Amino acid sequence: MIVARLKPLPALLAAVGDSSPVLVAGCQGCVAVCAAGGDKEVNVVADLLELDARRRGVERSTFRITVPRQCDCRFFDPLAAAMAAARVCVSLGCGVGVQYIADCYPDKPVIPGVDTLFAGGSQAAGVWEERCRLCGDCLLGETGGICPVTRCAKGLLNGPCGGAVNGRCEVDAAKPCAWQLIYERLKAQGRLAELEIIRPPKDWSAGAGAGPVVREDLVP
Amino acid sequence: MTPVSNLQRVLDQGHFAVTAEVGPPKGASGEEIARLAGLLRDYTDAQNVTDNQAAVARLCSLAAAVHVLRAGGEPVFQLTTRDRNRLALQSDLLGAASLGIRNVLCLTGDHQKCGNHPQARGVFDLDSVQLLETARRLCAGRFLCGDEVKPPPRFFVGAVENPFADPLPLRVLRLGKKVAAGARFIQTQAVFDLERFVRWMDAVRECGLHRRVYILAGIVPPRSAGALKYMSRIPGIIVPSALIRRMEAAQDQAREGKRIAVELIRQLRGVEGVRGVHIMAIRWEEAVPEIVAEAGLLPRPGGEDNNRSGNGREEA
Repeated sequence: MIVARLKPLPALLAAVGDSSPVLVAGCQGCVAVCAAGGDKEVNVVADLLELDARRRGVERSTFRITVPRQCDCRFFDPLAAAMAAARVCVSLGCGVGVQYIADCYPDKPVIPGVDTLFAGGSQAAGVWEERCRLCGDCLLGETGGICPVTRCAKGLLNGPCGGAVNGRCEVDAAKPCAWQLIYERLKAQGRLAELEIIRPPKDWSAGAGAGPVVREDLVP
Repeated sequence: MTPVSNLQRVLDQGHFAVTAEVGPPKGASGEEIARLAGLLRDYTDAQNVTDNQAAVARLCSLAAAVHVLRAGGEPVFQLTTRDRNRLALQSDLLGAASLGIRNVLCLTGDHQKCGNHPQARGVFDLDSVQLLETARRLCAGRFLCGDEVKPPPRFFVGAVENPFADPLPLRVLRLGKKVAAGARFIQTQAVFDLERFVRWMDAVRECGLHRRVYILAGIVPPRSAGALKYMSRIPGIIVPSALIRRMEAAQDQAREGKRIAVELIRQLRGVEGVRGVHIMAIRWEEAVPEIVAEAGLLPRPGGEDNNRSGNGREEA
């Protein structure tokens, strides 16, 4: 999923300024799962916006609406009336959601309420980690299911670098060296010889910046 | 094959090679590099210019290499993939060759988070192994995309390796990849832990890699006990505590540091497969001539006359 984090409050309050009414739009997708932009966070952010206004003696009302997905305009019907009345919209969707709302309502300022961080997952309550760099050319089958593009700080395809010590990354000792993990996994699978293969330069044009994806079979 | 550089010739002829590091300044003058190159040229076979070492922005290594050339030295041009994509890497290699630079050291580079611009976006379009292959391909007359390079450059290509990172089998495996990708010489991380280094060399010899690549052991003369302690905290460097105690106990720590460097060089010279040393006396380059002399490595081969074929002397 896409992992996001609420923006620092002072920055968000500054971006909203004295605007009123404010539509705080949440998303029940990824950002709800990572507790950054679902129903609960919509109410927290809207409460904070109202509180801030009251403290400063400014009139402010809010609309609070969470749609099933902000990355698909077909779910935006519930936003229409509030969007018409609101001065600005604070979207707690990921960067995609913010843009889709802005595209659908081009005459209204849309303020991102979260920072979109990465594609990742959660292995422990309250902890999310990056697992995919969206490179468009997956090589996990060759690296024991461990992504060096994402998890090696230098994205080495022929790692590891010389800074890994005791299996930790030199850039962040809290993280394991991805290439040590790859080595151990391939070794356990009896596939060490594959590590001797020189991986050629990657075709980065396949990932970020590529697209759109068109599936003729799904186009009406 | 005729050697393309003095360094290659020294190694091909079986001499124990000596190179030294010259760090470019944080400023817009080549004077200090030229002075250091002048200081080191008769005591070393090549002078290695670092490329934004430790991810700290400095005068670029290509310009620094030209300053070394103009001062009558022989540069080893360091090139990292951290700051350049494949277009820039290839064009810098061609540019370097056009300026008379014949030795190139291919590295990934320290991560930008370790340096003085931690907010920078790292490039890492290629890794060091891929850069080695790229250099070889250019020398063979082709860009990565397949276009013709005319005329192709000529380089003596090197890489780095850290004998002290683990796991050991993976280190040796990766060294093998670098050799397969075209590395002709290897500079190692600074050696303080001789026992560990010897274990790595044993593994290197077991694979026969010592016959396929020239290994230059890294030497960092410690200037003080404090400097040595600082180095011991750098990831990938191992400093035995006995060595730190020895430095602390010394009356004249700088003198002791030089003595340690000389001893290490003498011991490394006896390790089968070690074909030279690379001395990294960062901001203490003045110590290099004395260390080289005391280690019994003078005069340098070819130092008198100037048949330093292929380097910039004739071309400058």
